[in-house]
Amino acid sequence: MNNVEITDAVLVREYMHGSEPALSKLITRHQHRIYSFIFSKVFDRDVAEDIFQDTFIKVINTLKKGKYNEEGKFLPWVMRIAHNLVIDHFRRNKRMPKFDNSGDFNIFSVLSDSDLNVETQIIKDQIENDVKELIKELPEDQLEVLTMRIYKDMSFKEISERTGVSINTALGRMRYALINLRKIIEKHNLVLTN
Amino acid sequence: MRKLYTKKLSKKDQLKNLEPKKETLQFLLSYSKALRVVDCQGVKFGTILN
Repeated sequence: MNNVEITDAVLVREYMHGSEPALSKLITRHQHRIYSFIFSKVFDRDVAEDIFQDTFIKVINTLKKGKYNEEGKFLPWVMRIAHNLVIDHFRRNKRMPKFDNSGDFNIFSVLSDSDLNVETQIIKDQIENDVKELIKELPEDQLEVLTMRIYKDMSFKEISERTGVSINTALGRMRYALINLRKIIEKHNLVLTN
Repeated sequence: MRKLYTKKLSKKDQLKNLEPKKETLQFLLSYSKALRVVDCQGVKFGTILN
């Protein structure tokens, strides 16, 4: 009951004159409001704890050094310090962002393991083997261009030099090779997807 | 679909009953007791006494 009657201004004055219990009363009186304010900004218990602690360290330092001018605004002053420390915290995190996986968004829903699992690897191997078999059905000139382009990763310029035909002819053979492959796939009702 | 076995508190609920840890409060009170300010020719220095 006595706590309610003593104003912040009186407690601050007592503390500045060396009364440690006055600080305890001030913290007890305002801890919920200040801590809630910090937590409402950072939404992290540990960070809120750190900022709350830093806030009161600044308060203690300022009061002990006698730099505080009491104008009946103790709480707004402490809140301002907390607010500034919250801003400092976000500035630091902007430079060095910290990943927080506690929210609704789960990073692992977008970051997946790009390596294939055993099943998809087997399917992929089967499809590649099927395609290799299909290619064998192409006419020799088309088979040659397609193999050089897809499996040997050669440019059409290199293919034209190697096969002794013009680039346009090589491009044409490649085009017909793909058209014919599609026809063969349709003809045999093949499904070549994972 | 993944099953959730814990109920997540809403942000409003999280803001209720928020208090700093006792350790934090104890640290602040101890820090305050240990801090001494020395006035040296108008310049004030804070020193921590063990």
